[in-house]
Amino acid sequence: MNVCFHCGEPLRGSTLVARVEQREQPVCCSGCQAVAELIAGTGLGDFYRYRDGNSVRPRENVQEDKWRVYADPQFAAQFTRTTKEQTSVTLLIEGLRCSACSWLIDQVLRRHAGVHDVSVNAATGRASIIWDNAKLNLADIMRTIAQLGYVPHPVTDETVTRALREERRDSLKRLAVAGFGMMQVMMFAVAVYSAELANEIMEPALLNYFRIVSLLVATPVMFYAGAPILLSAWNSLRSRSIGMDVPVSIALLLAYSASVWNTFNGARGEVYFDSVTMFIFFLTLGRFVQMSVRQHTAGVTDALARQLPSIAHRVGENGVEDVPVTSLRVGDVIQVRRGEVLPADGELLDSEAHIDEAMLTGESLPVCRQVGERVVAGTINVDGPVSIAITALGADTALSHIVSLMQRAQTYKPALARNADSAAARFLGYVLIGAGLTCAAWLAIDPSQAFAATLAVLVVACPCAFAIAMPAALASATASLGRHGILLTDPDALESLAKVDRIVFDKTGTLTRGELRISRCTSLAGVTEPQCLRIAALLEQASEHPLARAFAPYLDKGTVADLQTVAGRGVAGRIDGRLYRIGTPDFVAELRQDKHRPAPPVESIGSVIMLGDEQRALAWFELTDSLRPAAGIAVSLLRSLHIEPQILSGDGLQAVQTVARQCGITEHFARHSAQQKLTHVLDLQKQGKRVAVIGDGVNDAPVLGAADVSIAMGRGAALAHASAGLVLVSDNLAALPEAVLLARRTLRIAKQNLLWAAVYNLGSIPLAALGFIPPWLAALGMSLSSIAVMLNSTRLLPRAARRSSAPTVITAAHLQETTA
Amino acid sequence: MSILFVLIPLSLALVVFAGWGFFWAVNAGQFDDLESPGWDALRDDPPKNDSSHDD
Repeated sequence: MNVCFHCGEPLRGSTLVARVEQREQPVCCSGCQAVAELIAGTGLGDFYRYRDGNSVRPRENVQEDKWRVYADPQFAAQFTRTTKEQTSVTLLIEGLRCSACSWLIDQVLRRHAGVHDVSVNAATGRASIIWDNAKLNLADIMRTIAQLGYVPHPVTDETVTRALREERRDSLKRLAVAGFGMMQVMMFAVAVYSAELANEIMEPALLNYFRIVSLLVATPVMFYAGAPILLSAWNSLRSRSIGMDVPVSIALLLAYSASVWNTFNGARGEVYFDSVTMFIFFLTLGRFVQMSVRQHTAGVTDALARQLPSIAHRVGENGVEDVPVTSLRVGDVIQVRRGEVLPADGELLDSEAHIDEAMLTGESLPVCRQVGERVVAGTINVDGPVSIAITALGADTALSHIVSLMQRAQTYKPALARNADSAAARFLGYVLIGAGLTCAAWLAIDPSQAFAATLAVLVVACPCAFAIAMPAALASATASLGRHGILLTDPDALESLAKVDRIVFDKTGTLTRGELRISRCTSLAGVTEPQCLRIAALLEQASEHPLARAFAPYLDKGTVADLQTVAGRGVAGRIDGRLYRIGTPDFVAELRQDKHRPAPPVESIGSVIMLGDEQRALAWFELTDSLRPAAGIAVSLLRSLHIEPQILSGDGLQAVQTVARQCGITEHFARHSAQQKLTHVLDLQKQGKRVAVIGDGVNDAPVLGAADVSIAMGRGAALAHASAGLVLVSDNLAALPEAVLLARRTLRIAKQNLLWAAVYNLGSIPLAALGFIPPWLAALGMSLSSIAVMLNSTRLLPRAARRSSAPTVITAAHLQETTA
Repeated sequence: MSILFVLIPLSLALVVFAGWGFFWAVNAGQFDDLESPGWDALRDDPPKNDSSHDD
């Protein structure tokens, strides 16, 4: 096992262990170690046995006082509802993936004295918590959740949550009414039909009684369960178009009113309550399945809200105070502390700052900004505190412009679904004309048959199997994709994914992990490399600079005295009595009062830092962003599926070239802005290519929106999720070729379904028009054709055969990782 | 067959009752989350970690 026990990422030389249930388990970083030991220490080690997949790797340098502001009752009041003694809040929890996660959060929160009630919903990723406000505050709750490695976000807008819940409840009730109703009516219908088949004559009184009871049951089914169908047909008629629901509704209304008429006018005519209820049940079922799939993705609704912090530290006359971002004005001076996200665009006031702009530019390393330069909202201040004069807020920020760019880009999206809809509308138009002709012809030949034949045409031609051909296949495929760690957020994406022939990778955070590791260590003064690494790791352990994180795996026992961090320059400290410095070459050279410094290793592609003591320079470290373990194998598998990979990155040419070489991609484009990326993808599409884009940052959002298929990394920005069709939840690139294969299979099955539905519809319409099919047989045929489609689609569900094929890819990826 | 005239209304009453029960359950939030409550069983007394588990 060379993967982390907690998050499942490769260990990369980490020797850290966590004690869980009397066993030592390897972990990849101190963050995972802390979380795993916390979970085990509270006696909840069972979590690891029951969870569905790996947990999210906790963010490092989570600042303890990040949550402190929520302790202020006035500030917390905008998220909470307070009664005399109790306070309740709804939190959206990032990283909540399975029921075991919700169990864990529930358990840990309940251990707090003062927590009255917790309910964590794994389906929506939300938690409602009620606590005693004398004993606890919101900050304690959020901190507790954060300690487990999840990121809590207070939900300010309850209405979305409530609307989703209502929608789900509403459609469940309609489905139940339709189901119960159908069973009851069918019971009477079967009795009547069996009598007919056996050539028995039913007592007219009993027959009439059956009809009246059927009417009683079918009426709520028709007007309660069927209301959405009738309403949607009415709406599409009002907008002068023919939707799927129009002929269905006409058939339903005709059949229902004719049945009512016949029920009260003697036993001569037929009644069609069975067809009506069965029809409504199947339609409602299809809608319910679709709604469930859609609701899965509801968590991304307040993506932008999550991107920016909700509090800021304003520098006022009475010193620094914490205020909600909404109360800031242009011209205000705010303080941004180390590791915090900038809440607004602004100008740097007093000192230079190192800003992590990966979210916007894709640049993996922090950029140094001078006093007076512009910094933008959404980026992260990685060094000491800086003051900023605000120049733009809210909708005027660069981040918001990217969001609007993304929204515009989404209109470029190829509308495959819309094409299918318009084809169906045309087909339905012909059906209506056909039904009219049938009616007219029969009125001329034999008026007594006219109604039954027309009804049969309308029912038999119901594109019900058509309508569920795609959704049924999609629902099965969604389940299968989930097994591979892929979340399907836009059903159209699967169809497009099957046809993709170009895949465009973003570099940072997609092919690479978006975090630094030491790629080269050159010792200069005869001290061995492991020794240099050990000293460096000891010095860097206290630093929160992103570069420092790369040294964490090399951390060994030892003590450091006089540890001192100099913002933007490096760290100094005393180990075994000797004074060392690590950081920029100048900073290290100062210690030994020496202007001469050794030349850095040639062709360095990442950041270079130096280690030295009072006499000499000891070593160079080169830090680069590391490739994801499965990147190479994923690229070659994709190529074998005739999908040509490309890299499109905002990073510098050399970094991009290195990554391209490592994973075997020949086409690569460096230093592209969000706008250039968008143009590039649109150009590819103009050449007739079908393009998949895979990215993780906010800067990728516009490109993701314009691509035929967009794929976001699970750990990427929430905004990227919002515009993506697929999300690689486990960040495992090896799942990508699997997804393509599955998408192709899905499309094949969907095509079989459509073909079957077409053969059934086209074959049966003439028969129905000629009067060979009574309406009850039409309804039965319609249902059977739908069931055939459903059964065919279940072939996409995960099976034993598929389970055995998945690990081969993973093994290959790990092989790659061990040989690399 | 006249017993049907009694039995069918009875069955309908049962259906209405079942439907009412289902509506009540949905409105009470019983169907809002079908996964997590299964974990509540583990709440106070997690199973002992000795024999059943093997890697």
